Amino acid sequence: MNTSSSIVYLIALPLFGAVALLLGGRRTDKWGHLLATAMSAGSFAVGIYQLMQMLGRSTEERAITQTLFSWISVGSFDIDAALLLDQLSICFVLLITGVGTLIHIYSISYMEHDENRRRFFAYLNLFIASMLLLVLGNSYLNLYVGWEGVGLASYLLIGFWNQKPAYATASKKAFVMNRVGDMGLSFAIMIAFATLGTTTFAGVAEASHHASEAALTAIGIMLVIAAAGKSAQFPLQAWLGDAMAGPTPVSALIHAATMVTAGVYLIVRSNFIFDAAPTAQLIVVIVGAITLIFGALIGTAKDDIKKALAASTMSQIGYMILGAGLGPAGYAFAIMHLLTHGFFKAGMFLGAGSVMHGMNDEVNMRKYGNLRKFMPITFVTFGLGYLAIIGVPPFAGFYSKDLLIETAFDAGGIKGPILGSITLLGAAITAFYMTRVMILTFTSKARWDENAHPHESPWLMWMPMAVLAVGSVTTGFLFTRGDALVNWLNPVFGDHGDHHSEHLFEPIVVSMMALTAVAIGVAIAFFKYQRADIPAVAPTQVSFFTRFARKDLGQDGFNEAVFMRPGQKLTSLLVKSDDRVVDGAVRGVGRLAISSGSWLRLSQTGFARSYAAFILIGAVALIAGIWVVTQ
Amino acid sequence: MTSLTALALLPLLGALFIGIIPSAKVDLIKKFALGTTVVVAMYAIYMATQFKSSNVALQFVEKHEWIPAFGINYSVGVNGIALVLIVMSVILTPIVVLAGWHESEGGRWSAKVFYVLILVLETMMIGVFAATDIFLFYVIFEAMLIPVYFLIGGYGSGERAAAAVKFLIYSLFGGLLMLASIIGIYVNSNKLGVKSFDITVISELHNYISPMTQNLLFLGFFIAFAIKAPLWPLHTWLPDAAKAGTPGTSVLLLGVLDKVGTFGMINFCIALFPEASKTFTPVIITLSVISILYGAFLAIGARDLKRLIAYTSISHFGFITMGIFAMTSQGLSGATLYMFNHGFSTAALFIVGGWMIARRGSSTIADFGGLQRITPVMAWMFFLAGMSSLALPGLSSFVSEFLVLVGTYTRYPVAAIIATFGIVLAALYILIPVQKALHGPTTPGNESLKDLNLREKIAIAPVMAAIVAFGIYPSPLLNIINPATAQVIESAGFTDPAPTENVGK
Repeated sequence: MNTSSSIVYLIALPLFGAVALLLGGRRTDKWGHLLATAMSAGSFAVGIYQLMQMLGRSTEERAITQTLFSWISVGSFDIDAALLLDQLSICFVLLITGVGTLIHIYSISYMEHDENRRRFFAYLNLFIASMLLLVLGNSYLNLYVGWEGVGLASYLLIGFWNQKPAYATASKKAFVMNRVGDMGLSFAIMIAFATLGTTTFAGVAEASHHASEAALTAIGIMLVIAAAGKSAQFPLQAWLGDAMAGPTPVSALIHAATMVTAGVYLIVRSNFIFDAAPTAQLIVVIVGAITLIFGALIGTAKDDIKKALAASTMSQIGYMILGAGLGPAGYAFAIMHLLTHGFFKAGMFLGAGSVMHGMNDEVNMRKYGNLRKFMPITFVTFGLGYLAIIGVPPFAGFYSKDLLIETAFDAGGIKGPILGSITLLGAAITAFYMTRVMILTFTSKARWDENAHPHESPWLMWMPMAVLAVGSVTTGFLFTRGDALVNWLNPVFGDHGDHHSEHLFEPIVVSMMALTAVAIGVAIAFFKYQRADIPAVAPTQVSFFTRFARKDLGQDGFNEAVFMRPGQKLTSLLVKSDDRVVDGAVRGVGRLAISSGSWLRLSQTGFARSYAAFILIGAVALIAGIWVVTQ
Repeated sequence: MTSLTALALLPLLGALFIGIIPSAKVDLIKKFALGTTVVVAMYAIYMATQFKSSNVALQFVEKHEWIPAFGINYSVGVNGIALVLIVMSVILTPIVVLAGWHESEGGRWSAKVFYVLILVLETMMIGVFAATDIFLFYVIFEAMLIPVYFLIGGYGSGERAAAAVKFLIYSLFGGLLMLASIIGIYVNSNKLGVKSFDITVISELHNYISPMTQNLLFLGFFIAFAIKAPLWPLHTWLPDAAKAGTPGTSVLLLGVLDKVGTFGMINFCIALFPEASKTFTPVIITLSVISILYGAFLAIGARDLKRLIAYTSISHFGFITMGIFAMTSQGLSGATLYMFNHGFSTAALFIVGGWMIARRGSSTIADFGGLQRITPVMAWMFFLAGMSSLALPGLSSFVSEFLVLVGTYTRYPVAAIIATFGIVLAALYILIPVQKALHGPTTPGNESLKDLNLREKIAIAPVMAAIVAFGIYPSPLLNIINPATAQVIESAGFTDPAPTENVGK
């Protein structure tokens, strides 16, 4: 494999920005945001340069590595700090730095009045650097550093306004639930090392040809746990909604476009494991299928615009995970949906931020309405993202989602119809809740608070939204033209040729079914909300389902009942027993010593003959002891 | 010139000089103590650069007859394991002196006595890791209790006298068992045909004694070290001592003195009694795993900041002990590296925590709140220290913790899997106090707390630098540690398990 010496600049630039702003402190307040934006843009430029270089090489020579230094080396556990840039990682590099830079620009204006704007930008740069390390590391352990690095950045940004206790709690919840996933990644690495003797992607890929299915299944399942934690997939999804406590640009970048898709990256990157471990692959599919419906259902009941979008993110990533679980046929489509989603979802989150900006930080959609008249640019850019996510041709989401639905139907056996139906159902629900968001926010009657004066956002904010909207419109078409993205990525997954041979339904039939599902979803939402009087306070006399969905389908209640409260009980039990039982036993020995001391005092008689007797007995005992020991 | 004796005598010399400075000149005493410890640290670092890591034999060896009648010598020397621990100890000492500039004030005795005790303790810290004569080790091991006892009892806070006595009795009990084993060794050493307490000589002894004898001798050492480390259920002295002691004393107690326990397990238990070590390994691994989880749960439940830090250490010592007895190169090197990294990580927590407590006048976590907005630098330092404690990748503790886990997994997968749950608990026991103390609204009583001053920033900077630098680039330490640990494993008759799937066909 070719080597390069310039991959590291991708990471070094934003890392430098983060360190400079954090160590520089208040001195850098005036220009810190500019430095951070420049560092992110610089990293994007390096990415473009790398892409150009890569395009100039033949298919076999596109992947390049850079070894920086020997990181950890003990016995046969020999890990280099090394980077791998191939067709898959370059996609992520451009998404992370491209969308990342747009969000930096947006945040200059969005965070203008926050006294800690510099710190915000430092965290953003830290995130970009960590995320790039995640997708560029050439081994699972290098990936792990980026993996927890983005978790740290996410924690810091969710809790950016942690003077509010609820926000501080949300950040802690995200970190802890992510750590449960990270534990899965730790296990995966340990098992890989113990069974295969290596943790690099290339090494594990090579070893996977000779390894038993049991070992690969174990590694695969652990990777699914890791992916579930980071990508907010069932059963580790509960943190994402609360993560909306972070400033909205953070929700757009980290909790929509990039970090939460890391689980998809992990599974697709580990294609060699899942290809040889059908059971693990099946679990991937199940997790994706459950989450795509789970998230969509929660999305139907949310009044908080950001939480509705977060539920949608969870659901859309469910699509990607499901795609990644379909094996070679699905990997490229999962990545395609990940990229198109990066554009339209980031665009919509920025749109939500723009709405909040114009509405005194109000997030309750019941207090929006008719904003298209007052925020036309936001309306148009958000609207294009809306058309993309529900999958209307020729917008980006149509292409990527349609291909996933098609592949799901083609999964073979009983799996095909089941997964296909689930993806169709998901598409219908998506169309419903996104139409609801559009209507409540932009088209229905105004239900604003008295002091609301909605206004369009400044150009620094709408310009990134416009760029992302262009992406929402065009990327699907571009990626599928001549199977461009599939052909680009396929070398990464080994050579998997004709997986389009047998279709359950013809592609055109699948497209028609998908569009019908979307039309039904849109129609229901339109008739339910467009004409209706929407109360500014959510009605409480609602169906059981609505109440259940408002409570995120009971996810927090479950976690609290099964993990948190028993954990708290165990903790307080241990705290008490440490004092009473463990230390109590020690104190008991102490008391015993004191009482035996007073008893022994009686033996101090002052008679020489009794002392002599004691000396004799002691000597005999000592000799006997030594005799025992020396046997 | 490189001499362990000279290194160890330097602080003692400093203590003598402080003895002739008038007690009233407190500032001079402090500066002199700081200067002495800095010189010692620089000398030790210089010695480390002269250490030949490719050479597995003991280095900087010195030997003089002491009590020839019993074959007892004054003999010192270090391998890679002892060297990194000495370096860690002598780097931490000046940091403790500078960070706790006012710790000696308000004690039962004068500042002069405080710094004499610290310097005498430093001499013993060097000696205990350098001693290669078992009897010499024992003498220093026991003598170390004296300065610590007076540091806790004389300069601590709260129920300092009771905590000091508890510490002393626990330690003396362990020391007594070790003495019994040492006498046992002496009695048995006639089988070797030489009178000696030299570790290299005695390491042959296990070939000549019965398994029963070996087990008993092993236990005498092990229990003493398990108390010192401390391992569950012998840990209850530690939270009390850590709470009562000054932050600086606690740094030296948890950062350095407790390492004598885990160091002893490698250097004495395993090196002298390999078969007995093997026999007891299942029990020890089990106790280690219990320590990891138990310490973590108690840290989660702790309401007092100092006790919390002490409990996190019990969890971390579980990792160290588990790594040692996994008997793989990753486990043992990881455990040794863990000892080094834990020194800095715990120092950071205790030092910054100590500053917070001194400013607030309380060590109850609930009394803090919103410090991130009042004292941003101090809050950042506490947060970074916490991240180091929960082993965030990129920081030094991650490297050692992951090595321990992966090294344990290859031989004891179940233990490693259970222990890994500790990383989730670690997130809780760090983020809970972080949220309570640093986040949220400013609680009454915290409004006017002062941020770190220049002296404090200078004191904490090298600690943080070490935590970051050795996380990214641990090779300088691993290069010193690896040959020594490989030798320990080889002479104990172990080899690393090969990958179970036959790859490379």
